[in-house]
Amino acid sequence: MNSTVDALRATFGNAIGRGLESCGDTIVYVARESLLDAMTWLRDTPQQGYDYLVDVTAVEYRDRERPLELVYQLRSLPRGAELRVKVELDPRGDLTVDSIVPLWRGADWLERETFDMFGVSFRGHPDLRRILMWETYAEGYPLRKDFPLRGRFSRAEQVRQALAANPEAHYSMEELSIAAAYDELPADMRERLRRGERGKLPHSE
Amino acid sequence: MSKRTVELELATPGLDDRGQPVRVPLGVADAPDSTLPEPDLAGEHMLINLGPQHPATHGVLRLVVELDGETVVRVIPHLGYLHSGFEKLGEYRHYNQIIPLTDRTDYLSPMANNVGFALAAEKLMGIEITPRCTVLRVIACEMSRIISHMVWLGTTSIDLGAFTPFLWAFQERERIYNLQEMWTGARLTTSVTRVGGMMADIPDGFVEGLRHFTRTFPKTLAEIDRVLTRNAVWIGRTQGVGALTAAEAINHSLSGPMLRASGVPYDVRKDKPYLGYETYDFDVVVGEHGDVYDRYLVRLEECTQANRILEQALDRLPEGPINVADPRLILPPKSRAMNDMEAMIYHFKQVMEGVKAPVGEAYVGIENPKGELGNYLVSDGTAKPVRWRIRPPSFINLSALPKMAEGHLLSDLIAINASVDIVMGEVDR
Repeated sequence: MNSTVDALRATFGNAIGRGLESCGDTIVYVARESLLDAMTWLRDTPQQGYDYLVDVTAVEYRDRERPLELVYQLRSLPRGAELRVKVELDPRGDLTVDSIVPLWRGADWLERETFDMFGVSFRGHPDLRRILMWETYAEGYPLRKDFPLRGRFSRAEQVRQALAANPEAHYSMEELSIAAAYDELPADMRERLRRGERGKLPHSE
Repeated sequence: MSKRTVELELATPGLDDRGQPVRVPLGVADAPDSTLPEPDLAGEHMLINLGPQHPATHGVLRLVVELDGETVVRVIPHLGYLHSGFEKLGEYRHYNQIIPLTDRTDYLSPMANNVGFALAAEKLMGIEITPRCTVLRVIACEMSRIISHMVWLGTTSIDLGAFTPFLWAFQERERIYNLQEMWTGARLTTSVTRVGGMMADIPDGFVEGLRHFTRTFPKTLAEIDRVLTRNAVWIGRTQGVGALTAAEAINHSLSGPMLRASGVPYDVRKDKPYLGYETYDFDVVVGEHGDVYDRYLVRLEECTQANRILEQALDRLPEGPINVADPRLILPPKSRAMNDMEAMIYHFKQVMEGVKAPVGEAYVGIENPKGELGNYLVSDGTAKPVRWRIRPPSFINLSALPKMAEGHLLSDLIAINASVDIVMGEVDR
């Protein structure tokens, strides 16, 4: 196993959970509160030197009792070492962790995708919006296990929503403010934009 | 039926009664009051929407660009127009059934995607593939590298106004496509690998065809080099445009030619070798300035190196089986499945139940033409993965676009966007 796990435990103590090996890859679990500190330490300690963020993603298991795992793949380009850092979250509880964008700009879109697909929010992310699904997407988080393969809405409902969509929703508030068009919009439209105007699940009321 | 004539009145406004065109003194009658000052547009920003249906965005990418005059102040990319939910679909499919999905992610290098997924599934299941299969997969990967870089070269040169290299590049790509078709029956959706082996061995005449390609391909590369590398227009459009330093490239998690053009000599084939790449003689191409021009040079030289690897792979291609000798993994030949009870049972079990993977997880990154393609598989012991994650190289490379484009001209944005080498099938998955 990668010696980094022991060094991490010596530095962070109880915040480091179990370390294990799967198919030759080292995995270490880190407590949610210590994630940013541990990542900063892994990147900036010269003996570790994990300077390259390979990937950020999440895994939810079919077993409902297992926690949702956030997965960070790290690599040290000079040493050639790799480490997989995981954070466990309760899928029915609060899904918030610290963003690592201050450490790696490359985490920007990867965290947005994890937010988009799993509903994990990243505290301190500069621009946490949906990225693959559209901003007013209302069906939930597609890669969660309780999300049905065909989506939550029927085909008819999807078509109805697409036809009823707000054309101004194609631009974000920020973009409209660049165009100086925001002030020219009617007040009710502005109000709807400000609220975000998410769609609703049918029959939810 | 009676003939009907229609008389059209041809009225041309602006003719006088003698039929001569009237010279309309433009703008005299309602000229603006010249005492009014010119509107001051300095500091007024313009919002431009580029795409999603625009040839220069290389697919359904939409960029909202804030401009100050012609200078890009900010770029806000919008993705997801081609989102197909491949990762979700993968959770409902057997490992071998996922391979056709990998074709459709980065559809400019389908064979390399097939190899990447198969390697991850084999790492998860602890399978060692045969020597012939290893070499065939190297051939598949390097053929993909050449076609992907040729498409990049062709489309980028079109974006920057050079038409001829586009024709040369696509001609070469066509020749590789013919070989792919010969091998797999498909030009684009190859699905050539299986977990534990290959879908098919190479047919008769394939080696000769590929040898002919590797002999003649360098000539085209030399021609492209001659027409672009020292071309004043090409240099003017690409040098110093969209430059990233080595530290920035690492911090943005860039990979592949984008990372190496910035001077970071990281190549998965050298640093984390798979498929025996450490035994091939090839060079890692590294740029210096990290601009669009260096990315072009890196990709052009990578084609030469890929050609070298192809020659070596053909020289060493061993005889032998392409699939591992495990009837639980590999479908028996149809003739045996129809006549032999045991083979039929294995056939039935594989088709109906799929191949079970042990509990665990595996990540395999391979050096795809666009960058590091990662396949991360998590298994709970069933025949379908709990999670199949693609680390999409062009998605991550594209995330540096706003950083690269800010402060450049709008026309440079097109060059920078082209230099990222995106394919939206992979960005949106």
